[in-house]
Amino acid sequence: MVATAEQTAEQAAPAAGRSLWADARRRFFRNRAALLGFVILVFVTAFALFGGALAQWSGEELDYAVMGQVAELGGPSLATGHYFGTDDLGRDLYARTVQGTQISLAVGVIGALIACVVGTLYGATAGYFGGRTDSVMMRLVDIFMAVPYMFILILLLVMYGRSITILFIGVGLISWMEMARIVRGQTLSLKGREFVEAARATGVSAPVIIARHIVPNLLGVIAVYATLLVPLMILTESFISFLGLGVQEPMTSLGALISEGAGTIAYGTTWQLGFPLLFFCLTLFGFFFVGDGLRDALDPKDR
Amino acid sequence: MIAYTLKRIAIAIPTLLVLIVISFLLMHAAPGGPFTSERELPPQVLANLNAKYGLDDPLWKQIGTYVWNIVTGFDFGPSFVYKDRTVNEIIGAGFPITLTYGLLSFVVAVTVGVSLGVAAAVRHNSALDYAAVGLSIGAQVLPNFVMAPILVLVFTLWLGWLPGGGWQGPETWIMPVIALSTSFMASIARITRSSMLEVLGSNHIRAARAKGLPEHRVILRHALKPAMLPVISYLGPAFVGMITGSVVIDIYFSTGGIGKAFVDSALNRDYAVMMGVTILMGALTITFNLVVDILYGWIDPKIRY
Amino acid sequence: MKFRLKMAVSALALGLATTAFAADVPDGTTLAEDQSYTFWLLDAIKSIDPQINTDVEGSDILRNLFEGLYNEDGDGQLVPGVALDHSVSEDGKTYTFTLRDDAQWSNGEPVTAGDFVYAWRRLADPATASEYAWYMELMQVENAAAIIAGDMDPSELGVRAVDDHTLEVTITTPLPYFPQMLVHGSTFPVLQSVIEEHDDDWTDAGNLVGNGAYTLTEHQLGERVVMEKNDTYWDSDATVMDTLTALTINDGNQALTRYLAGELDRVDIPAGQYPRLKEEYPNQAVSTPYNCSYIYMLNVGDKGPEALKDANVRRALAYAIDRDIVVDRILQGGQRPSYNWTHWAVAGFERPELDWADDMDQAARLEKAKELMAEAGYGPDNPLALTLQYNTSDDHKKIAIAASQMLKAIGVDVTLDNYEWKVHTDRMQNQDFDMARYAWCGDYNEASTYLDLFTSYSGHNNGEFFSDAYDQVMRDSKTADDPLPLYQEAERILADQMPIIPIYHYANVDMIAEDIRGLPQNNVNNTWYGKNLYRVAE
Repeated sequence: MVATAEQTAEQAAPAAGRSLWADARRRFFRNRAALLGFVILVFVTAFALFGGALAQWSGEELDYAVMGQVAELGGPSLATGHYFGTDDLGRDLYARTVQGTQISLAVGVIGALIACVVGTLYGATAGYFGGRTDSVMMRLVDIFMAVPYMFILILLLVMYGRSITILFIGVGLISWMEMARIVRGQTLSLKGREFVEAARATGVSAPVIIARHIVPNLLGVIAVYATLLVPLMILTESFISFLGLGVQEPMTSLGALISEGAGTIAYGTTWQLGFPLLFFCLTLFGFFFVGDGLRDALDPKDR
Repeated sequence: MIAYTLKRIAIAIPTLLVLIVISFLLMHAAPGGPFTSERELPPQVLANLNAKYGLDDPLWKQIGTYVWNIVTGFDFGPSFVYKDRTVNEIIGAGFPITLTYGLLSFVVAVTVGVSLGVAAAVRHNSALDYAAVGLSIGAQVLPNFVMAPILVLVFTLWLGWLPGGGWQGPETWIMPVIALSTSFMASIARITRSSMLEVLGSNHIRAARAKGLPEHRVILRHALKPAMLPVISYLGPAFVGMITGSVVIDIYFSTGGIGKAFVDSALNRDYAVMMGVTILMGALTITFNLVVDILYGWIDPKIRY
Repeated sequence: MKFRLKMAVSALALGLATTAFAADVPDGTTLAEDQSYTFWLLDAIKSIDPQINTDVEGSDILRNLFEGLYNEDGDGQLVPGVALDHSVSEDGKTYTFTLRDDAQWSNGEPVTAGDFVYAWRRLADPATASEYAWYMELMQVENAAAIIAGDMDPSELGVRAVDDHTLEVTITTPLPYFPQMLVHGSTFPVLQSVIEEHDDDWTDAGNLVGNGAYTLTEHQLGERVVMEKNDTYWDSDATVMDTLTALTINDGNQALTRYLAGELDRVDIPAGQYPRLKEEYPNQAVSTPYNCSYIYMLNVGDKGPEALKDANVRRALAYAIDRDIVVDRILQGGQRPSYNWTHWAVAGFERPELDWADDMDQAARLEKAKELMAEAGYGPDNPLALTLQYNTSDDHKKIAIAASQMLKAIGVDVTLDNYEWKVHTDRMQNQDFDMARYAWCGDYNEASTYLDLFTSYSGHNNGEFFSDAYDQVMRDSKTADDPLPLYQEAERILADQMPIIPIYHYANVDMIAEDIRGLPQNNVNNTWYGKNLYRVAE
């Protein structure tokens, strides 16, 4: 991770002026993969937000006409109104995929946000104060990095029940340390710049300097990192769901739908895996492409 | 370098202590003890169980005894649930299995991933490049709990080539290694490709080419080493990811590794096994990160410690 | 009463006379070359110490490594194990067992009455800290309760070796089904010298000394257990199967895939797959009744919700659930919808006439449920909010989801709460629930194993349904010549007060390899012995 930190330190420095953002935007939209990723994300988000309007069934009611014969009758069909087929209980998979996409996006975005907020504040504070504070804070990060977080998260979910709040916070807290390291590296290089020194000379307090002067200059890095973090959060959530520790029924997530579908793959109900997996992959692709595109766009080096 | 290594090791000890204390407190605050059973136990039996496992001591003493036994005798105590086994026995039986398929997966992911990435970069914009990019993107987003049942369905049920699980020699290693390594291989390929492209475009490679060195020498001698830096920094997270992935492998392939032992211990409130595995994983992560950092410094002497 | 006891003894004698020991291979059968049997375990075996084990899966292993006083045959009838027969004293409180003299431990030592005495004391001894110590109490063995409580020395337990081959047991109240209880793994003998020599390691392969038809040759935790035929077993000449292997596969669907690939000889069929498999493999897919009953327990105690204190609301909840859908559309494995507590196939039990089961169809029940809810003041404008708690399992989840939809129809808002088994149990024992999934598997094949559960003095009555009338009925049943009418009365009280919502009675739904013979066909406890199995040539 040291490498990323140093590279981005170089890149972010000139990103101070407004025109650079316009530049970045131009570069981003010239990148075909990034553009495709952007379109995919718009589509997936629209599906999550408005797809429910097209559903003919709620995601909770049981369709007694197909229940018990899902392999024969529960396939995708316009006639029954189950566009994506049904799950094993005869619940509409379209409506459930819409809901699953909502939850997965929410977990991804909120988790990434938590990681960013905590990581940025922590990293910026350590970097800004430097010296002993910095070394103690970064030692702590080293210690936290060695904790097998997935295990701790499993422990939390097993012992304190499945709560969506723990899930959101848990996945977020897994990843803030990397963010903290990156931000600290950046802050170290920003701290010596004139505008920060000027602010300090006029007696502006440290928290205000961090919030007003340091963090805004890091937005580019944070944006890149956050975008790349979202798919990781979604993957983490899917793993938790596979263990049965994710969101509670009747709510669902893409991870939960996929793991249900994967379990019954041998029983002739492949749509139960196929459709959720499609949206899962689309979402991840979208974020990966956009993230890569952002990184390239914010990187002043010409490719 | 040596001073740095020593310092890192010195940090490892408080790290492990923090880990022990956090997990200990977490577990003891949770509802449902290890001896919650279907029928409420007679008080005397419960008292005896608690005494046997030292659960009747005050919390600080329990932590103290626990740490003391580990430090002095490397003794993690008896399992609360697998009553005729100690934690050392359980980890001793499961860890070599996890380590075997973990290391194999690691080697496969790195060698295949790097080769694929280098090949794609060298043949930039060729069919090979596109295939490699497509493959690695696809493999990166396919969760291993989807891949595992598909592998079993295809290779065990349809083709009948491989046993569907267990841990009985190399035949049973193949599917776990494929399922565990694929997504990391894909990520490594992607990282290698982009960093290789960057290096190949740099001045010192242009210089090497200008000297008339054959292309394979340029790549192997001059480009590969600097291109490996981002790959190496990815190895840390990959390692942690593999530890997590071992849970899926153990569940689907019944390998008997410690990933499943951990999940079971959490579900069964087997405090001792849970702590043992968590500490082991923490220690491994620390060691591994240290190795990665040293490797990093060896490749890139610019890094200061 | 005397008459009944005589009956029990003579029934046993009859069983002894007609049932063959060990593998009963008909003449003219060609046996396969390979005599090995591979079966499925969902989880790692927690312990193979007879007095420590608490799991059904562990018991399957124990029955092959050890042998108790009696075994069960394919129909659930008792057949001799280490004991050849027994006599009961006039007052029904003293059992004297005659042990066979050719029984040996796998190290060649003879199996004696003293080994049973040691094992039973070990079970009750608080120092062993066995979670199944209460089984001694359930068997009513004299002084068991006091020993478990730590008030008396284990040597005071009412079990005594008269000589090497005569075991005498004293119980506190006559128990007509006492011999049936001896099939349970926690009563199996163990060898003191081996336990003392190896301490906690005595159950490791290589150390373990048993008196069963098989010896333990390999136990890789969470992967497999391998058992080989034991030549010192008294009936080893008639034992056909050479090797028993138990494979741990943590995922039921994976287990089925591997069965279909030929890696296993027996596997459970996941919910919903039985009809398809029955059609495809008519000779392999089987469903037999299994001695367990699935319910939603209602919390009617002080900590429970106000609404559940009203028997009419409880009945409405029970009436609203369409059991046919649960059984025919979700489980689809030959389970039966249940309107009472005791499993229908339990020996000597017959469900009483119940109006909601026999005189109403589901439409009528639903109508009645809505009526009852309206009377209690609940309805669409004033919905009743309840939680339904279940422990982690795909099947429990599916049934809970369906139930929550069914209850919605009578204006009940159900929140689903999923917990791990330990937390689920803990919450139930602390009365932290509204409705909770619960299942009970009979410890023996007799209705009291179910009905005793809802007495106010039972250790399992987590819903705190306390009824003097019910307690009295169950007390009376212990000494009745014919307890059936009392059992039926108890079921009627349950149907009237509805402290539980019956859902279904279990079935064993299995795929069994066509060439395996000798598994029990008609044993509600699914008690099977490797020594009865054999594989025929195809």
